[in-house]
Amino acid sequence: MAITDFSPVDRAGAFEASFPSPRKPHTHRRTSMTTSGDNLKRLLDLYRTMARIRAFEETALEAHKAGDIPGPLHVSIGQEAVAAGLCANLRPDDRLTSNHRGHGHAIGKGAEPARMMAELYGRASGYCRGKGGSMHIADFSVGMLGANGVVAGGIPIACGAAQGLKLLKSDAIAVCMFGDGATNRGPFMEGMNWAALYQLPVLFVCEDNGVAAFTAAESVTAGQGVVARAESCGVPGVTVDGNDVLAIEETARDLVASIRRGEGPRLLHARTYRLLGHTSTDPAAWRRAEDVEAARGREPLTRFAKLLQERGATEDALGAIRKQAMDEMVKAREGARAAPWPETAVAFDDVQDVGAVAWAR
Amino acid sequence: MPIQVLMPALSPTMEKGNLAKWIKKEGDKVAPGDVIAEIETDKATMEVEAVDEGTLGQILVPEGTADVAVNTPIATIVAEGEDASAAKSESKPPQKSTEPPAAKEEKPAELAKNAKEPAQPKPAAAKPPEPATLPDPDVPEGTEMVAMTVREALRDAMVEEMRRDDTVFVIGEEVAEYQGAYKVTQGLLQEFGAKRVVDTPITEHGFAGLGVGAAMAGLRPIVEFMTFNFAMQAMDQIINSAAKTLYMSGGQMRCPIVFRGPNGAAARVAAQHSQDYSSWYSHVPGLKVVAPYTSADAKGLLKAAIRDPNPIIFLENEILYGHTFPVPKLDDYVLPIGKAKIARAGKDVTLVSWSMGMTYALKAAEELAGEGIEAEVIDLRTLRPMDTDTVLASVKKTGRAVTVEEGWQQSGVGAEIAARIMEGAFDYLDAPVMRVSGKDVPMPYAANLEKLALPSVADVVEAAKAVCYR
Repeated sequence: MAITDFSPVDRAGAFEASFPSPRKPHTHRRTSMTTSGDNLKRLLDLYRTMARIRAFEETALEAHKAGDIPGPLHVSIGQEAVAAGLCANLRPDDRLTSNHRGHGHAIGKGAEPARMMAELYGRASGYCRGKGGSMHIADFSVGMLGANGVVAGGIPIACGAAQGLKLLKSDAIAVCMFGDGATNRGPFMEGMNWAALYQLPVLFVCEDNGVAAFTAAESVTAGQGVVARAESCGVPGVTVDGNDVLAIEETARDLVASIRRGEGPRLLHARTYRLLGHTSTDPAAWRRAEDVEAARGREPLTRFAKLLQERGATEDALGAIRKQAMDEMVKAREGARAAPWPETAVAFDDVQDVGAVAWAR
Repeated sequence: MPIQVLMPALSPTMEKGNLAKWIKKEGDKVAPGDVIAEIETDKATMEVEAVDEGTLGQILVPEGTADVAVNTPIATIVAEGEDASAAKSESKPPQKSTEPPAAKEEKPAELAKNAKEPAQPKPAAAKPPEPATLPDPDVPEGTEMVAMTVREALRDAMVEEMRRDDTVFVIGEEVAEYQGAYKVTQGLLQEFGAKRVVDTPITEHGFAGLGVGAAMAGLRPIVEFMTFNFAMQAMDQIINSAAKTLYMSGGQMRCPIVFRGPNGAAARVAAQHSQDYSSWYSHVPGLKVVAPYTSADAKGLLKAAIRDPNPIIFLENEILYGHTFPVPKLDDYVLPIGKAKIARAGKDVTLVSWSMGMTYALKAAEELAGEGIEAEVIDLRTLRPMDTDTVLASVKKTGRAVTVEEGWQQSGVGAEIAARIMEGAFDYLDAPVMRVSGKDVPMPYAANLEKLALPSVADVVEAAKAVCYR
């Protein structure tokens, strides 16, 4: 099914896309909560991924508050549906570039929370041996090419990975995760143009939480939005409710399938909401209380739990998933806290792949 | 090795004070900016903030002690990663960190009021003092000094220049509504409005170029980068557009613009957000590069930078923002760009540094004095044009020199200083010039590795002794 076969479905209480495109054919909003063919196990798996991401970040925030992790954390609480729904359609050999708010992307892609937590603690057992931290978590074994502390930095990198995959005649794809803030940067247009020109197997995912760092995105963004910008380069785009995990999961499934078939790049625009501040030390006190309250009502885990109960899942079963997730992350934290610091010699290796010459005075 | 917290001075004339209260207790974790104690004199009360991160190890002076001499060690801080077991699990969470949003929020009305009274420092913001520096010859004798953080001094410089010249405006990410990612532009939007204090999207290349165009059109932009790490995105506009415009146009077109923001290592933000760009910019003809250490220099040099007809790179430091120094109370305090300052006089060895490097150099000079080595410490303040004369005059006296910088050693500013000393004072040298620098690796994340990658006071002491053959 090509993506142009989607028919927009209106739904009571739907999240309104604030940038309606005047050129409707390529822009769709859909809901999938009534889609047939879902089996409960698949849905519970999605719920589990979301619960694990939430539990990881809540645990990391606790660790930050306790002074265990002194550096800033950019958490994605409220945005878990995007990573969970998207990554459910990816294979380990699909490549993914992430951004500064990337814990959910890593967990979705299959990274181990224990090693991620150890990295946040700066310990030797972390993914980057304590040298990268929260903003640079990478796990090449599951195709996670790394979080990136530079806004829009991952976009051209994903295009390059996609070009490599195409040259290797692989049917793996590249996915790049970025926020609404990145769409105002040059690399967004540069990557989009190149991907369309070479019909690269890349899925652009704009995780639009409406706020770039501390500034409302709409106050600094002109035009008809990210889908219109993508379409101007010939990259078809779809806008979905990013807090509806099934909408994400199904839309991503179709987009990933068409990219794998060699039909060129696609863009998924997921409208979501960052429930907390830009970093772990930002109380985000400047936001209007009523906006935050309204957003809590659209919070993806609670919403999905409600749907799952309608589909026959018991509250006990969902509670067990949440508890299991929290237990896993608490254990990850305990393991991280007990893990050794990196040996000091580690500071001087891996500067170059031949081994760095030790610094000497 | 535990870090000593010294009894701070509320003013340059204060010699002793009372230790009124300990806010933190032994075993509590502390982050830079955390209030750890309160001290008082007959004139005022102030809070002592931690400047290092770690655990409050030992309280050396109990609360209630009167007449504690300035610079007496009052407590120790044990750094994380050195002795993780020292941290007690019941410790209070740090209330602040060096991240931008940590700064206190104030009501707009208060902000506006503060903005109109730039010379009024907040006594509560005082830090343990930096090791004393010599008075600046540019300040008339007898001038009243007020204690002020570097952050406030920078803000006051912009406020004063914006009042003086309505072509001056500020543009950057979070400079207006959010009052600055590091609160340096606090109160500016309230006083000058959205036409002159302009929030941008996350588009460094775009707004740096926009600043260049505005400068060419006759305005005097101050472009704030949230950090100079992000200015890498704007490097092309800074070098190819701003720095070369006057030359390429055969002298027709000026580009009076200030690019400012924090440079250098911050705490626990890893490789992409912790880099010293001093040598990058100081390489480029057409730019002037200023990197102050004290609040007074930050104020006087930023005012000069805003008035200068050339593009200026103004390198601040996130960790120094909260440090307090005396600032002369003068109506229009402008310092010359391109002039170094002798921060401490000495005869045995010359230490040359700037910005954050001065914290290492000055502490090292104190330690060296204890071992009978009198170090002369030169604060370059401006990296381009570099005040070679001041450096050479000192080296001709001492015969030995050590440079101190956080940046990498290869092609660093220290390399340039060493070359100039070699060219200008070769016959006076009794030892090769030594360079203390950041280690030759990207900044690691883990606390213990980060500490290792940065230069330390011990590195400076060791190098100074080496050139003195001791």
